[in-house]
This record gives sequence, structure tokens and C-alpha cells, in this order.
Amino acid sequence: MQSATGCSGGLLSGAPALTLALLLMPIIAGLAGTLLPAFGYLPAIGASGFSLQPWRTLLAEPGLSHALILTLWTGVAATLLALLLTLALLAGCYQSRWLARIRRSLAPLLAMPHAALALGLAFLIAPSGGLARLLSPWATGWERPPELGLFGPQDPWGLSLILALTLKETPYLLFMSLAGLARWPADHDLAVARTLGYGPVSAFLKVVLPQLYPLIRLPVFAALAFALSVVDVALIIGPSAPPTLAVQALRGFNDPDLHARLPAAAAALLLTGLTGLALLLWEGAIQLLARCSRAWLSDGGRGGGGALAQWLALGSGTLALGLAMLSALGLLVWSFALRWTFPAAWPTQWTLAHWRGQFDSLAVATGNTLGIGVAATGVALLLVMACLEQEQRQQRAVSGRSLWLLYLPLLVPQVSFLFGVQVLLAGWGLEGHWLALLWTHLLFVVPYVFLSLADPWRAFDQRYEQSARTLGAGPARVFWRIKLPLLGSAVAVAAAVGFAVSVTQYLPTVFAGAGRYATLTTEAVALASGANRRLIGVYAVAQTLLPLLGFALALMLARRDHRR
Amino acid sequence: MHHQPRLTHPGLALGLWFLTLLTGIAHASEPDWATIEKTARGQTVYWNGWGGDDKVNSYIAWVGAQVQARYGITLRHVKVSDIAETVARILAEKNAGRDQEGSVDLLWINGENFRAMKDNGLLYGPFSARLPHYRHVDTVGKPTTTVDFTVPVEGMEAPWGMAQIVFVHDSAVVREPPKSMAALLAYAQAHPGRFTYPEPPDFLGSTFLKQALLELTEQREALQKPATDANFGPVSAPLWRWLDQIRPYLWRQGQAYPPSMPALRQLLADGEIDIAFSFHPNDASAEIAKGTLPDTVRSYVLTGGTIGNTHFVAIPYNARAREGALVVANFLLSPEAQARKQDPVVWGDLTVLAVDQLPPEDQQRFAAIKPGVATLSAAQLGTPLPEPHPSWMERLEAAWRARYSR
Repeated sequence: MQSATGCSGGLLSGAPALTLALLLMPIIAGLAGTLLPAFGYLPAIGASGFSLQPWRTLLAEPGLSHALILTLWTGVAATLLALLLTLALLAGCYQSRWLARIRRSLAPLLAMPHAALALGLAFLIAPSGGLARLLSPWATGWERPPELGLFGPQDPWGLSLILALTLKETPYLLFMSLAGLARWPADHDLAVARTLGYGPVSAFLKVVLPQLYPLIRLPVFAALAFALSVVDVALIIGPSAPPTLAVQALRGFNDPDLHARLPAAAAALLLTGLTGLALLLWEGAIQLLARCSRAWLSDGGRGGGGALAQWLALGSGTLALGLAMLSALGLLVWSFALRWTFPAAWPTQWTLAHWRGQFDSLAVATGNTLGIGVAATGVALLLVMACLEQEQRQQRAVSGRSLWLLYLPLLVPQVSFLFGVQVLLAGWGLEGHWLALLWTHLLFVVPYVFLSLADPWRAFDQRYEQSARTLGAGPARVFWRIKLPLLGSAVAVAAAVGFAVSVTQYLPTVFAGAGRYATLTTEAVALASGANRRLIGVYAVAQTLLPLLGFALALMLARRDHRR
Repeated sequence: MHHQPRLTHPGLALGLWFLTLLTGIAHASEPDWATIEKTARGQTVYWNGWGGDDKVNSYIAWVGAQVQARYGITLRHVKVSDIAETVARILAEKNAGRDQEGSVDLLWINGENFRAMKDNGLLYGPFSARLPHYRHVDTVGKPTTTVDFTVPVEGMEAPWGMAQIVFVHDSAVVREPPKSMAALLAYAQAHPGRFTYPEPPDFLGSTFLKQALLELTEQREALQKPATDANFGPVSAPLWRWLDQIRPYLWRQGQAYPPSMPALRQLLADGEIDIAFSFHPNDASAEIAKGTLPDTVRSYVLTGGTIGNTHFVAIPYNARAREGALVVANFLLSPEAQARKQDPVVWGDLTVLAVDQLPPEDQQRFAAIKPGVATLSAAQLGTPLPEPHPSWMERLEAAWRARYSR
């Protein structure tokens, strides 16, 4: 063994390769484990000849074309709405006092797991739901829940699904945009544009947006891929007869008739193709839009004061925020409700029994969630910091291509590779093992931690390091004593993000954990089928509180650092 | 032993050889119950079962505490949204050659999932007759404890509880509830959007299809044999006619369905629908006791009778904690556990035991249960209608999807 620094240097230089291998290996193996059965090869069930039969079965399935259109429509509409709302809020409120308020309200929205949001929203908008109860009977005259026909959660057009996805993706895109805006002196550009007489909205659209979009392209892609392939949200609030493609594939994988796995694999592959196509079309549309707007960008039009646009943006932003908050509130109230019948706005009898009765299983689920979340976040932080540190010591930024590779777990639909991963794990006897669970969580935690940490890390002023080095400190000492403390708040925020991502994982937990590790999310989704709002409330509240605590802790750390 | 373990490692092979030797000796005289209980001590039993009803989940949690205290067994309830997922998992394990150390020790099962496991050699057994408490099971008065959806049980699963379809309505809203499929259709047409059923393949949704089929078909006896390509169409035609007629008058115009029995019950509690149904005759009483349904809710059965069946627990062939699973299955059959399960305040699931043949102090446990306000007497429930052969359910589910999920 050489000196400590030499050793850590050796470890460091391997970090990027190790991280990529950890992330890519399961995805490639998983995709192969889906590709082969999709073409009739699954020796385990005696299917060993390649054929197109799974595709024929899939194409003959009732409702497939409907499911395809539904998937594409809900995914694209939700992402478009979320992006428009994000940009409208930024254009309307950037450099106004509202921005700070928006920034503050982001943490709870980011922390709220999408399954919890979907469960809360499903109650809120039902004909007998929260909104109807708040307005009945005094405003609506409804003594009984109205018969609204097709409207409500799980409507056949997927409107409620789109709403749920929009509410969840807007905070994420806002968060990533704010991070992007900090990467170049956007304030300065905006100030110059304003002194040249541009209105605030025009200045944002003409000067800032063309520079901002490339920075949020990947997050937008991740949002689109997520919306197209999400399973838990679609199960809770999406149409069911027929469901989206991801849900349909999942049903096939869970069928006791193992031969149903072949067309299910084909469906998963089809979903991957659909996602790729949607990403391409999206990018094409953006390019086209950019080209068409060139004349407008440089026509010198200054635009107005933007008051209307600002109020419009704030109005829809407040509406979205309000819906999300009411969804959470509804679940919280249900978790303490004994009797709450329509049309009472509040429960007529309250109880602590649901929380007390669930104490044991809640404790187990919380323990599992915490354990896996903390471990995955810790390992992810180590890997990401090692990669970033190596990058800095090599004086070479991670190329665009490897960044794409890092993002791959977020772009490839989960259903299309998790089944292959399950086969891989079973082959190694790792299925149901805690390490397997950790690994699959890492697939999704690492990319988000990387995204959160990369910018502050790269922005770190190298002169601190140089000064310390000239004073004789080795690279390891500089890292631990200078860099880490100075970057402490950024690391804390990245950890909070990583932890929140781990908490929300549903499919990876179910598949790698063989159903043995009950987390708050798996319990909440399992309860969703039982429709007991009181218990769903308990688990959804717990599921939201945990990541929220993470964010609160991170913010506290950041503030303390700030004061120092 | 009907499974040749796949040997991959020489050390493992040697170990397994010793094991075979040992179990060979043990087999010479079946391990007695005391030995099984001794081996079970310290084991962790993974019990996969539908986890959608909190009454059931709380009861299973109580069972867990009891077997921990009495037998030193750690019981883990693996909650699934459909037990078919677990059947698929065990089948996948068999195909991957994982013939030992399987991930499931006990599962809550009946009907088509039982048949799938039995046909594929995925079950351990026969074992139920070896459970000491099995001798009190009412195999005569409750014939479904030995014939599961027309498939002979043959000791491959242990009966756990009795279920029968019971309709539920709020007597403050609906005075005279419809008691036949024809009356139900008329009610729905007069009150659009106030009736629905869980989406098949949810077990209650599929059972509703069978219930309607039993009443509507003109060839009821065909249902006791496997369905064929030739007879499925003509036998089920009246059902599809009825479903086509009622669909536009269902809740959400038949474009969305509640996913499960509790979801259906929640719609009744919310007042979105007027009539619901359950597979547990005590369900309404239990929910009234909990305060989640108004105390004006009442139960009833259809004039032509309703489907009844038995639900069971089974042990996979590759269970890791087989002894622990046996001990838990036996505890589930004890008069104490069965009586507690039947109490509407706890769960309300009817016992599989012949109560009148129990020792007096155990009879007293059942006599002490207070029937709920919405509980029907045995006479009111009537003789349950027998389940059709599982192949009917599978075909009905596929045909339902092809017609209404597109």
C-alpha cells in the first residue's frame, strides 16, 4: 500500500467507470431480458424459438391502439403543461418578490411523493370528494354526491392523470430551471435587456429562455419519459379500462399464466420505442419552434409591462399550488377522521385510532424506508463526489455523452428493464436481498444527486484549493478540511433530493425486494387498491413527512452554513 | 420428492445429500407435531396475501403476535394487490430452478389460483389432515372445504374461512332493494350511475360475473364442468346481453370501475352508489361497528341465492419455513383464532369449523360473538350456490376485457 492519498487517487480514478457500470449494467441486462422474450425467447417457460408471435398477440389485444394514444396524449400533455407553467411563472415572476415565495413553496411539493399526490388528488376531485364537500350543499345544492357521468378521477380521457402529473412535474422543472438560471449571470442579461427597454416578460423570453432551455433539456426529457411510463400514478388516478401502456405491460408480467410475459415484454418494448419517439418528436418541435421564432427574437419588439402575463402565471401557479396543498390536506384530515360523510366539509367525528392501529406496521415501513433511503443516498453521494472530484483533478468536465448515460435510468421506462433486472438478480440469488434493493434504488438516486451536486461542485472556487495546496496540504486533506465543509450545504440539499427520490420508488422496491421490504410507498400503493382513505391518509402523510424532514434538515444546515 | 434439486456447487451437493439422507430417515416415521413445532421455533414465515382490507390486515397482525408469543415464529405479512402476482413469482422460481429457499412460505388462496398451483406442482402437501385442529373442520356441512371451485382440495390447502356474496344497501336511501338480476337492471335504469361492480379480474368483480351468469344462463349444470370453446358462447350469451344493457346505467357509465371490494364499499359510504355487495356476510356490520358505514345499512341475499365458497391457505413446494407455515396454518384453524375472526368487530369472516362439535368452552367462544345489526342469520343466507369450474372464471375475465376494456 502506498500513501493514503495515492490509494484514494487510485480509487478516485475508477469512480466514473464504476458509477457508469453500476448504472448501465442492470439497464442493459434488463433491456436484454425484455428484448429476448418480446421475440419469443424465454427458455424458462419452454419458449426457445425466436418468433414474432408475442407481437402478434400484443397487436391482437383489445384496446391496444387506445392504450397507445392514451399514453402518448397524457404524457405529452402533462409535460407540456408543466413546462408552460414553469416558464410562465419564471417569465412573470423572475426578479419579482414572488420568486422567493415560489422558491419557498417548492420544497414541500418536491418532497411529496407522486403516489401520495395522486391519492390526495383522486379524493379531491371525486364527485363525493373534497372540493364537492367544501362547496356542498350551500353553493351546489347537492345533498348527495352528484352524478357527473364520466368526470372525476380515472376519467377515460386521462384528464385527471394529466392534472396529477402536471402538479408533480411543475415543481421539479421549476427547481431545475432555478438551478439552471444560477449557472450564468442571467440576472445581468435580464438587467441589460430591461435597460434597453424590453418588458420583463419579453426580456425573459427573448434573452433568457434561449440560454435556459438547453440547460433544462435533460430534465424536460426525464419528465416526459416519466409521464409516459409511470405506473403507480396511472394505477391510482389513470383510466383503467383500458389503462396506459405501462400498466398494461405490468398486468401481463403479473399474470399467473407465464406465457403472458411474452406479449407483456413486447408491450414494454413498445413503450420504450414510444418514449424514444416522443422524445425525438418533442426535440424536433422545439427545434422547429426555435427556428420559427428567430425573426421574432430579433425583431426588436420590446413587449409591454407584462402585468397581465404575470397575473395569469401567478393565477395558474396558485391554482396548481392550491390543488396540491388541498390534496395533501385532504389526506391529513382523513387520517384523523372517524365519520366523514357527504356533504360535510369536515369530519363529524375524529379519532387517533388509525395512527395508533398502524403503529407497528408504520414503524416497520418507516424503518425500511429510512434504511434504504439513507444507504442509497450515502452511496450515491460517495459515488457522485468521487466522480466530480476525479473530473476536477483531471481538469476535464464529464462529456455530454456520459451525462446522457448517467441520465439513462430516468429516460428508459422502468417497466421495460426492471423485469430483466429481476431475472438477473434471481440468477445470482440476490432477489429479495437488501443489497439488490440498494442497487436498484441507486439507479434512480445517483442521477438526481449528480444533477443537484454537479453545478455547485463545478462552481467551487479553485483558489481555496490552490492556497491550501501551496501551504502543504495533500489533496485528501484539502478535500476533507476545506472543500467538503465549504460545499456542505450543497451536499445536504443533494442528499435531501436523493433521499426523496429513494422514498418514492415503487416498482424497483417491489421487484428487487421480492415484496419483502414494505416501505411507506409500497404500503401506500397496496392500500390504494383497498380504498380505505383513512389508512391511505396515514401512509401518504408519513410518506410525505419523511422526505420533508430531509429537506428541512438540509435547509437548516444550509442556513447555518450561510450564517457562518 | 417430486423435484430433483438442481445442483450447482459441490459443497452444496454434499450438504443436500446429507439432507436427503436425514429427511429420508425422518420420512420413515412422519415427524410428529411436537417435532414440527420445535423446528418451527425461530423461523420467519413470509405470508403472501391480499392486503387491501385493513380489518384483514389487523387480524393477520394479531395472528403474528400470537404465533410469536406461543411458538416463537416471526410472521411477515407480504401484502399484495392480487395473489396471482405471488403465483407468478413461485412459478418463476420453479422455472429458475429455485426448488429450495423460495421467497414465499404461506399464501392466502382459492379457486383458479389454487388450480394453477396444483396443476403446476407448486404446492407442498398433502398437509391439511396433519394439522391437529383440522379434525374440527365441517367437511360435511361445508362441502366447499374439500372441493374448491369444483377442484378437489386433496389436502393441498387448509380451509381458513367461509365467504358468501351478500348485497348491501342503505335502508334510509333504498327501501326495497332489487333481489334479482332483472330487478337490478331495472333499478339501474331508474337510477343511472348508482350501481357498479369491481373491475374483473378483481376476485369480487369476477364473482359478480359468475353470480349473474348462474342466475341468467339456461344451462346452469354446464358450469360444473370445464368450459369448452363450443359451450362458452351459448352458455354465457345471456350474461353479455345483461351486461350490455346495464353498462350505460352503471356508475361512471361503465367507463371506470372500482378496483376492489373496499373501494366499492367506500363508494357506498360516500353515497356515490346505492347498492354494493361483499364476499363477507359480516362486512357491513363490521364497518358499521367501525363507524365507516351508517347504521342504517342492511344486508340481503338474492331470491335465487348467492355464490359461496371457502378460502384457504397453502404452502409452496419450495417454502423455506415449511414447519413454521404448518404451525401458522394450524393456529388459524384453532377455535380461538376462528372465533376471533368471525367477530364482526374484528373481521367477521365465517368459521370453517363445525361449531356444534367443539368442546363446550370453545362453543362458548362462538356463542359470545354479538351478531352485528346488519348480519343475516344462517337461514336468511340460505344454502350458498356452488362456484363454477375455474375455467369459466378465466374465460369470463378474458371475454369481459375484450368487450369492455378497449
